[in-house]
Amino acid sequence: MILDGKAPTGPIETSWIRHRSDLKLVIPANRRKYRILVVGTGLAGASSAATLGEMGYNVEAFCLQDTPRRAHSIAAQGGINAAKNYLNDGDSVFRLFHDTIKGGDFRAREADAWRMAEVSQYIIDQCVAQGVPFARDYGGYLDTRSFGGAQVSRTFYARGQTGQQLLLGAYSALSRQIRAGTVRMFPRTEMLDLVVIGGRARGITVRDLVTGEIRSHVGDAVILATGGYVNVFHLSTNAMACSVTAAWKAYKKGAWFANPCYTQIHPTCIPQSGEHQSKLTLMSESLRNDGRCWVPKRKSDVGKPPGEIPEEDRDYYLERKYPSYGNLAPRDIASRAAKEQCDDGRGVGPTGRGVYLEFKESIERLGESVIRERYGNLFEMYERITDEDGYKVPMRIYPAPHYAMGGLWVDYNLMSNLPGLFVLGEANFSVHGANRLGASALMQGLADGYFIIPYTIADYLARIRPGGVSTSDTECVKSVEDVKAALKRLLSIKGDRSVNYFRKELGALLWQHCGMERSRESLTEALARIPGIRDEFREKLRIPGTAAEFNQQLENAVRAEDFIEFAELLCTDALHRNESCGGHFRVEHQYEDGEAKRDDPNYCYSAAWEYKGPGAPPELHKEPLRFENVHLMVRSYK
Amino acid sequence: MELKLIVWRQKGPDEPGWFENYIARNVSQDQSFLEMLDQVNEDLIRKGRIPIAFDHDCREGICGTCSAVVNGVPHGGFERTTVCQLHMRKFKDGDAIYIEPWRARAFPILRDLVVDRGALDKLIQAGGYISCHTGGVPDGNSIPVSKADSDKAMDAAQCIGCGACVAACPNGSAMLFVGAKVSHLAALPQGQVEAPERVVAMIQAMRDCGFGNCSNHYECQAVCPKDIDVKFISKLNREFLTALILAKAGPFKATAG
Ligand SMILES: Cc1cc2nc3c(=O)[nH]c(=O)nc-3n(C[C@H](O)[C@H](O)[C@H](O)COP(=O)(O)OP(=O)(O)OC[C@H]3O[C@@H](n4cnc5c(N)ncnc54)[C@H](O)[C@@H]3O)c2cc1C
Ligand code: SF4
Ligand code: FES
Repeated sequence: MILDGKAPTGPIETSWIRHRSDLKLVIPANRRKYRILVVGTGLAGASSAATLGEMGYNVEAFCLQDTPRRAHSIAAQGGINAAKNYLNDGDSVFRLFHDTIKGGDFRAREADAWRMAEVSQYIIDQCVAQGVPFARDYGGYLDTRSFGGAQVSRTFYARGQTGQQLLLGAYSALSRQIRAGTVRMFPRTEMLDLVVIGGRARGITVRDLVTGEIRSHVGDAVILATGGYVNVFHLSTNAMACSVTAAWKAYKKGAWFANPCYTQIHPTCIPQSGEHQSKLTLMSESLRNDGRCWVPKRKSDVGKPPGEIPEEDRDYYLERKYPSYGNLAPRDIASRAAKEQCDDGRGVGPTGRGVYLEFKESIERLGESVIRERYGNLFEMYERITDEDGYKVPMRIYPAPHYAMGGLWVDYNLMSNLPGLFVLGEANFSVHGANRLGASALMQGLADGYFIIPYTIADYLARIRPGGVSTSDTECVKSVEDVKAALKRLLSIKGDRSVNYFRKELGALLWQHCGMERSRESLTEALARIPGIRDEFREKLRIPGTAAEFNQQLENAVRAEDFIEFAELLCTDALHRNESCGGHFRVEHQYEDGEAKRDDPNYCYSAAWEYKGPGAPPELHKEPLRFENVHLMVRSYK
Repeated sequence: MELKLIVWRQKGPDEPGWFENYIARNVSQDQSFLEMLDQVNEDLIRKGRIPIAFDHDCREGICGTCSAVVNGVPHGGFERTTVCQLHMRKFKDGDAIYIEPWRARAFPILRDLVVDRGALDKLIQAGGYISCHTGGVPDGNSIPVSKADSDKAMDAAQCIGCGACVAACPNGSAMLFVGAKVSHLAALPQGQVEAPERVVAMIQAMRDCGFGNCSNHYECQAVCPKDIDVKFISKLNREFLTALILAKAGPFKATAG
């Protein structure tokens, strides 16, 4: 089936303004009659719940953590983009739009990327007004820095804790609404099913993670802002609770899953040190503003202390390969370049899976205090984990799974194919295409939550009558029973392996066969092996305790099972996409110099998969992509 | 390394708790404290026993979720270090380690090392925000903020809401947490307008939630993983006094005495 993303046509410069004027409104007095369920209170969820609450809707918000302030968004370090052109360096909405489309390797919808660039300007204003302490220069004006994939300095930041400060801003706006009574907050509550009544999303079934109670909540619309799924790789930069569960349950209830094979591998993470590890830690990309990546030119130098390798024996491979972007080449490109050096036997550190990121030159040029001011907390974090001082010896970094560009399919109104189900932030597939540029996820989450959903959800609500369903509806009752039965099934396995065993096994398989590069063979093998892991999981899992209590192993088991099922879809998507683009690199499709080779005549579309029942292959729907404002071309950062 | 762990176990808020001994084997220097606990839990699961419940999420020292008292000190007593960022290289083979949950009247224990810190949200809900509606705000550069002020705001805003300060305080006071929020917002021009109402409301909420008062022990700053300075408590007190004076002189209604 050919999908329609409902993007406005005509001149792109006015597309959002025109569309906004066509959207229906709900008058203030009627808003409280509508109930909106917001699942997830990271940047996307908290900003939307707060804004919808302010407008007068009746909102119920849910999150896994004990408080919304701890959502995974809190971990973002580097910054948030906005086309403000405060620096007079040639930035504009068009340029940010252009960089986004090109950065995503021409696999995103133009109108959506335009809109994000356009509203990016208001995001900064909004956050400043909320008290987000962005970095300032001595004149009192907002400061910026550069990020990968851009030649202008458009990234606003709050030391190395930008995500934290933006989330605290959204969380404080949300807290204000909780106080005002427009938002009811349900922390430590996990969505385990979507309730669809009469073809529309009308509710969710949740588990209270403290008491174990299973119950439904109903409303007039459901917003999923549940984040990304790259924890499917087991060792990623994501927080431990990040999962695919909410999106996967919605998929099984009829929502389409788009581009699952687009996963971002971040080039600058601290390399893995051993088997015991539970996650990988990211070192912000902004470090590459002042840090230079290199490896020894000769394999025989690999074991030497870096200080003993003279300039002429070092290969600053990014600067050599991509002179116009240098160390700020986009993430997919910088990641593959690092892997290439290591595959070639010139990787450094105990495992040989690492490259240097060195600050010596910039410390000499700017002084250590400037570097300390810019990145102090990152150096501290590095030291804590590795016991090495990044000011004195170069840091060692290696790529790691970081972000999901794929997610539930949504149209221009951020509504999935299921009426009434809206998807925001990392949980949807929009905007980034096959690769996300740095500092764009925070921008997208807040654009969706503060400035897009309030308009588009009104258009949907204005067309329906509020209320009319209750938790005693047969679909709700059935959903609660299904969830209870699923948990009971997991608890009754009584095998001898922990959840973690399966997470590791699946994660390693995916990293190896569907990680930084994929091939027909590797994907076919992964697809052959995943069912084995699934069966083993269903026979040998052991979860201590019961469902009617605080039970972290049970929580993890549900997430693990969904990851195992989802992994199959991810590999299926990767296998069908017979081209390379952005984070999806198929070794069969590359230019002689190793760059990704797209196949526009055959694959210039977003792939949206429909669930067809257990065991049945999913059905592929295609949304063709048209490029009228940025011309399809070979993506080059040389 | 091999370590002896003495861990607090408790099934629920109204259940009695007890200490239980475990041996952590094959612990590597590079492991984090929580990864060491993961390993112990894997062992317990293998033996068919109930693993130790503990809170954690980012494991990067930024979300404020992890919350264990290690050898009597919240977060373990290493400077500016959350327990998830505490590495086993700080311990020696054969060490005995006591592991307990946050202890404070305002934080009921939910299970083992997990406590309910919802009271901190209540404090923020009382007024720890700037009342601005989405949209309709001025351009970000229209009100310059001096670098000194924005740095001061950021120093205070770094609080991760972990609650270690409360757990370390003999009075179970949340003054460092509230002081940080009040100082963050009071340092910025945008936060000035409702500053008096904010501080009064937050102090009132602190009393309502069962937090104690500050009597200058400075234990909070000592354990704070983000180095939040006790000077923010003085700032809180100054803001409160100003608010009370204003209340006498002006029309705004302070609800607290
Ligand atoms: C270390 C790190 C650094 C980063 N740095 C940057 C950066 O500098 N700039 C940038 O732009 N981006 C950065 N990112 C990416 C960015 O942080 C995320 O993509 C973004 O914050 C996602 O926001 P979100 O609101 O979509 O989801 P999240 O913040 O992940 O929020 C998800 C929410 O959903 C809830 N949830 C999930 N599942 C369920 C369920 N089943 N039931 C109930 N609730 C559920 C969670 O509790 C949470 O509240 C970084 C990411 C990482 C990991
Ligand atoms: S002030 Fe420090 S100890 Fe207290 S909650 Fe904030 S970060 Fe934690
Ligand atoms: S787990 Fe996030 S601060 Fe420790």
